[in-house]
Amino acid sequence: MDKPKRRHFRPIHLLLLIPYVAMMWVGSYNRIAPEIAGVPFFYWYQLLWIVLGAAVMIPVYLADERDEASRK
Amino acid sequence: MNTTAVTIFVALFALVTVLGFVAARWRRGNLNELHEWGLGGRRFGTIVTWFLLGGDLYTAYTFIAVPAVLFGAGAQGFFAVPYTILVYPIVYAIYPRLWSVAQAKGYVTAADFVRGRFGNHALALAVAVTGIVATMPYIALQLVGMEVAIAGLGISMDTTFPGIGTIHGFPLLVAFVVLALYTYNSGLRAPALIALVKDALLYILVIAAVIIIPIELGGWGKIFAAADPKTLLLAAPTAESLGPQAAYATLALGSTLALFLYPHAVTGLLSSSSRHVVRRNAVILPAYSFALGLIALLGTMAVAAGVKSMPQFAEGFKAFGNQYAVPALIVHSFPSWFVGVAFAAIAIGALVPAAIMSIACANLFTRNIWKEYVNPAVSGKGEAQVAKIVSLVVKAGALFFIIELPTTYAIQLQLLGGILIIQTLPSVIFGLYTNRLHPWALLIGWGAGIGAGTWMAAANAFKASIYPITLFGYTIPCYAAVSSLILNIIVTVVLSWAFNALLRTPPSDQTVEADYI
Repeated sequence: MDKPKRRHFRPIHLLLLIPYVAMMWVGSYNRIAPEIAGVPFFYWYQLLWIVLGAAVMIPVYLADERDEASRK
Repeated sequence: MNTTAVTIFVALFALVTVLGFVAARWRRGNLNELHEWGLGGRRFGTIVTWFLLGGDLYTAYTFIAVPAVLFGAGAQGFFAVPYTILVYPIVYAIYPRLWSVAQAKGYVTAADFVRGRFGNHALALAVAVTGIVATMPYIALQLVGMEVAIAGLGISMDTTFPGIGTIHGFPLLVAFVVLALYTYNSGLRAPALIALVKDALLYILVIAAVIIIPIELGGWGKIFAAADPKTLLLAAPTAESLGPQAAYATLALGSTLALFLYPHAVTGLLSSSSRHVVRRNAVILPAYSFALGLIALLGTMAVAAGVKSMPQFAEGFKAFGNQYAVPALIVHSFPSWFVGVAFAAIAIGALVPAAIMSIACANLFTRNIWKEYVNPAVSGKGEAQVAKIVSLVVKAGALFFIIELPTTYAIQLQLLGGILIIQTLPSVIFGLYTNRLHPWALLIGWGAGIGAGTWMAAANAFKASIYPITLFGYTIPCYAAVSSLILNIIVTVVLSWAFNALLRTPPSDQTVEADYI
């Protein structure tokens, strides 16, 4: 390669922003109903986002690793 | 004193002590080199890094303090959950670059990187000193976590010896001498190996707690019904103020941005064996966040259990305030053998981060102060020797802090710690993407952020980190770390533009783009 390697932006990385939108919008989850097994929405929804937050990273990870492997 | 619980506690403590010394032989390397002693030879794979970072970031103090806020103030304390959710996308996207450049250039600390990227001694020194100052009270707080666990077991802090007299804080002293010795001996390998035990105990504690305690209390519905309805949610915004919801969001965001600037987090990340390990860990570390979320709810359970009004816990609450909520709930809910396991989980949970924090401070001091200003010709062996001694000094300092000064001091300083460390973000994080920021602009921005942040914390008498910002007659309660960081960034960007336009000095950058990918 004669040109230096350049970073290129991959749109799939936008997935990583989703948890920020979800969590910073506190008004969207600051409520009691619906409850699950007696746990108010505020609490179980945020616990659920721990799982969702990890889940959005998986497709990004797979894409990045494939991309890096193909560059080698 | 609860004999069964104390016996199990001491046995588990002895086990991790042995592991701490044995660790020196694990994945053997020359412990007379700083990157071997202080970064475990950058050899930790996905699983070990997962245990190490889990043990490092989710500290004993978190397990005491977060539930304490839910216990005392309700929903506000749950900000720790979005905080730990938001940390990992950042780690995923940004930190592989730091790992790669550190590997390519032999950097051991964030300040090493800043020095190489911007070629400015003063800026690197500012980053290093900020790291050390922000970490010291954090180590002291690990001792608070341990102190609370020891008190929960009913062991007295004052031990009287015939002929010598009473030594205040003796059990803590023993624990920390042991910790200091194996950290000195084994370096980062010790907490890495002990983290396996810590995390196993922690998961056992969490699973037991979220199954057994709600059954004892009659179900989750009853637990939340017992909570104060006024603090079960955050108050809604009003016409004049965004209210607690803004505080909640900025606390989560500010804590997120600060976490991976802390030296112990950087040390943990740089000890991994590849950038792929960093990425994989960003994806799998949220498993700990889930444990943290459930532990946070112990605070709500403690309200429902009514531990605060029980006479046997009066003394503990008097000494530690709401931080005694979790220990009291544990003693109240579990048979004594399991109380021993639970408190061992908390105390060992304090040892792992305390060890990594002291190693991280030692790395910073050795690389960015000693080698830079005292003895530039220091050999690799000399570096490792200085770091080992500094790790002892740092721990002795933290111990003195906690025994001699009131605990509230450490908590207030820790509050300030987040506000201080976040000011290194433009140098470290922006620095990973550009060398066009001017080092003197970064330094002035850092100073402006530290000044403004400290001023806001002082205006709250160092008791709270939320400072209301009023814009056009509308109040936004904002975590001081976030508002001071915004000021820092504005100053940095504006002055960089001005300095670059006026001075036209070319960037003095040791790194090239290929080092980062």
